[in-house]
Amino acid sequence: MTEQLYGLSIRDLRVSFDGFTAVDGVSLDVAPGDIRFLIGPNGAGKTTLVDAVTGLVKATGSVRFGDRELLGRPVHRISRLGVGRTFQTSTVFEELTVLQNLDIAAGARRSWATLLRRRHGVPDEVAEALEVIGLAGRADQLAGTLAHGQKQWLEIGMLLVQDVRLLLLDEPVAGMSHEERDATGQLLEQVSQDRTVVVIEHDMDFLRRFARTVTVLHAGRVLSEGTVAQVQADPRVQEVYLGHPVDAGSAPTATEA
Amino acid sequence: MTTVARDPATDVDPTPPVEKPAAGPSRHRFRAAAGFALGAALLFAVAPLVLSDFRLSLLAKYLCVAMVAVGIGLAWGRGGMLALGQGVFFGLGGYAMAMHLKLADAGPGNMPDFMMLYGQLDELPLWWRPFASPWFALPATVLLPMAVAFVLGSLVFRRRVRGAYFAILSQALAAAMVILLIGQQGTTGGTNGLTDIQGFFGYDLDDPVNQRMVYFIIAGILLALLALTRHLMQSRYGELLVAVRDGEERVRFLGYDPATVKLVAYVVAAGMAGLAGALFVPAVGIISPALIGIVPSIEFVIGVAVGGRATLLGPVLGAVAVAWARTALSERFPGTWTYLQGLLFVVVVAFLPGGLASLVGLARRRTDGGRRPGPLVRLRRSRVEAG
Repeated sequence: MTEQLYGLSIRDLRVSFDGFTAVDGVSLDVAPGDIRFLIGPNGAGKTTLVDAVTGLVKATGSVRFGDRELLGRPVHRISRLGVGRTFQTSTVFEELTVLQNLDIAAGARRSWATLLRRRHGVPDEVAEALEVIGLAGRADQLAGTLAHGQKQWLEIGMLLVQDVRLLLLDEPVAGMSHEERDATGQLLEQVSQDRTVVVIEHDMDFLRRFARTVTVLHAGRVLSEGTVAQVQADPRVQEVYLGHPVDAGSAPTATEA
Repeated sequence: MTTVARDPATDVDPTPPVEKPAAGPSRHRFRAAAGFALGAALLFAVAPLVLSDFRLSLLAKYLCVAMVAVGIGLAWGRGGMLALGQGVFFGLGGYAMAMHLKLADAGPGNMPDFMMLYGQLDELPLWWRPFASPWFALPATVLLPMAVAFVLGSLVFRRRVRGAYFAILSQALAAAMVILLIGQQGTTGGTNGLTDIQGFFGYDLDDPVNQRMVYFIIAGILLALLALTRHLMQSRYGELLVAVRDGEERVRFLGYDPATVKLVAYVVAAGMAGLAGALFVPAVGIISPALIGIVPSIEFVIGVAVGGRATLLGPVLGAVAVAWARTALSERFPGTWTYLQGLLFVVVVAFLPGGLASLVGLARRRTDGGRRPGPLVRLRRSRVEAG
């Protein structure tokens, strides 16, 4: 791929709902091509942060992807700048086939003339994504009949054909088996070769295996940031997860939240 | 899971061409062509032979209702917009046509009869004048409803008004239009509407031969609208419309503006309703507020729900069936039809949300057995065989 990698740069991001501040002045940088994990206790503001980046909720501060400011743009415009996301609950179009789901995801830049014609065959990028996400054999199956893990892969596949440069994944391995988690992690590694990936995840085992960097959020603020080892060794992180500080030696098992 | 890295190596890899014409669509096209031929035979040969002039003119009226239903099937069944105010667009088309026919009946320079009766006007109101020309009036029957739908839809869909709120809003619009028409009796004919239309572009509408011609025009246009809708449903746009119906937010995150997608279906449905209203006038000889208000608007939707809103033919058959049942039953048991209609609606919504068409689907699934592999599975098989 000749396309350039971009990083995500968030400065002093704030999101409030009726006086409750969900994200309270977050600043963080995700390097181009990184796999960044966002972790934190419930209510830490992880999903709200992703909502703000993708334009779903109003926020103040600055969110830049590459050299473009994202805040203030409507959702579909941010998406066209190459920012894509998944949701905690799968949101594939269940009444359409896997192929149709991917074809729609690939088509936001299509002209009306193309839209008003029938699809013939399988577009190249869709066929490629079907292979990458391992659903080529199920292309003509209704998305609603897929297993939970397959739906999540289809979501990721939709981001791939959409050709997003930044993937924001909200708990992609929740409810998956071990094998499915491994496959998803490998998929993320492969995807990050020419894209930047941000993952919200609670699964600490998955995090240790596939995170390159980690940001810990707590009560709407950045608590800690660094590699997996650095974050796990951070006494503040242990305190947040366990309610009291522990010595660094027991941290890896203790943070199994 | 198999993975293929997106690196330059695979980009130059001479993989077999992916854009391969699949065998599926041609079979579909054959079935569709056969279906249309059957429909045309029924409408153009069987119905005129079997039905009396009176019944045929009733059928013409039902087919106009069916045209509205085709549009509702697209907007509601595929697009999720419960258009409960299609009477507005039906009325705009109907009044545009009736105004022209009234002016043509009166002859150049003269005013329509009712205006002299109630209006005490000295001359034709300004907004009536362009309708004297068929070159204005005929396109207006379709374009006027589409324009109104465009303005309304732009305002409503961008503000993300949907579901019941959208339905109530469309109802309110139908009510407002009726009040407006009744209030302006001098120029609109008020409650009576525009009645007693004699001629249709030089042909006497009292002549059964000409009535039959009107029926043929209506049947032909209905088939054309069905072909158009079938194409829209099977195009990429049709797939996108279903996606918007089932996950508007998700579509937004894919980079589309769902408001635009919905607007197109809504405007097309309005155009169909307008055309239906325009053809209703020569078929029945009258257009009035009672034919376009809240109750008829709901009746359009009931036919669609009964037939099966997300299918192509369901709305047509449902609309004709309900309209026919209405005539047949109110001939025999006047007064009970309203209750029966309400009951029918409740039963369908509660027990058969897909309408009668879903029964066909169930039956077919039971007899069909296994699934037919689609184009991509076949493609992979051919790859495996080749490699």
